[in-house]
Amino acid sequence: MKIAIPVDEKKLDSSVCVSFGRAPYFLFYTTETKESYYLDNSAVASQGGAGIRAAQVIADHGTKALLTPRCGENAEEVLRKSEVLIYKSIAGTAQENISAFLSDQLGLLNDFHKGFHGHA
Amino acid sequence: MHKRQIKIAVLSGKGGTGKTFVSVNLSACAASAIYLDCDVEEPNGHLFLKPESVSQKPVCTLLPVFDELKCVGCRKCVDFCRFNALAFIGKAPQVFSDVCHSCGGCALICPCGAVTEKPREIGHLECGSHKNVSVITGLLNVGEASGVPVIQAVLQEGSAQTKDFVVIDCPPGIACTVMESIEHADYCVLVAEPTAFGVHNFEMVYELVQLLKKPCGVVINKASAEHTVLDDLCRKEHIPVLCKIPYSEKTALAGAMGQLVSESDKDMHRIFSELLNRIQKEVVQ
Repeated sequence: MKIAIPVDEKKLDSSVCVSFGRAPYFLFYTTETKESYYLDNSAVASQGGAGIRAAQVIADHGTKALLTPRCGENAEEVLRKSEVLIYKSIAGTAQENISAFLSDQLGLLNDFHKGFHGHA
Repeated sequence: MHKRQIKIAVLSGKGGTGKTFVSVNLSACAASAIYLDCDVEEPNGHLFLKPESVSQKPVCTLLPVFDELKCVGCRKCVDFCRFNALAFIGKAPQVFSDVCHSCGGCALICPCGAVTEKPREIGHLECGSHKNVSVITGLLNVGEASGVPVIQAVLQEGSAQTKDFVVIDCPPGIACTVMESIEHADYCVLVAEPTAFGVHNFEMVYELVQLLKKPCGVVINKASAEHTVLDDLCRKEHIPVLCKIPYSEKTALAGAMGQLVSESDKDMHRIFSELLNRIQKEVVQ
């Protein structure tokens, strides 16, 4: 299955980005083949609706699970309707999160914020 | 030759300086005026003008509706939307109404007529009168993201009447709601408090009116001899000080009681009549 993680740099030992909608890059990782690729986040410079746009990209790539520290309610709606599960990431690198996910250590994210509207 | 209508916008950087106080009293002193309350999140001019014969009109924006059967999934609408208000889920795009700015672009760009637009009520207008003053109040529904469409509706309703003066009571600050309110104003009255805090916010609103190339003048409200920072700034920048209204507990109390001081106090009536004359002179120049 394919999983996605918002990352600060284009490498597996990158830290996980604190934001989903405005992360600079997304990592896509296929668990069966261990293949990965990165995408620049086109939503990063948006005036608004970054979460919606980012979630669209994640869904379009056939992602089954997103690992992220936080997620807004608009992004959550797009992801949920596109049948992408959202897990709460742990502190550490993308690789550490992938390992944690594969050994069932991650829980689902269940609180979604209203968006930061240009702040934080 | 008919007299040219003068549109006066009353604004301030800091809230609570006295925009409504100045706006309602200026309107009441004019022989023929329209008072437009564009502070649509929290209109309060009506508390002083107490308009009669009030009628209501809804204000709506349009929201796109997507026909799943006609949609071919090209996503031109999703890519077009600069507000990212659309997401393609399943068989058709879906709109996030809080994010949509009602630009109508998605309906225009769809190649197969799958997008129609339906009205959504976001607020309403209340139209009445106080003696010779037409009073138009805009009210934005609680929870709505943008007051701009309601402000547009207020201004449009006001433009349907031909009175000598239009007094636009603006929202506080310098956000897009303020810019929308003053866009077609002939003159901007900047109401400021002479304290350091008041001056700091005054500088922001002065910058805005300069950017929009609006002629302006200052009303120093709650003036007292000990606060001279604003006087000094106006002198240095050559900004006309139209009048100074002294700080007075009597005036503050009258305000708290919802009184129109220009009608109950003859000194105040004189101050506001002179202010109106001064503005007229500044505009004609």
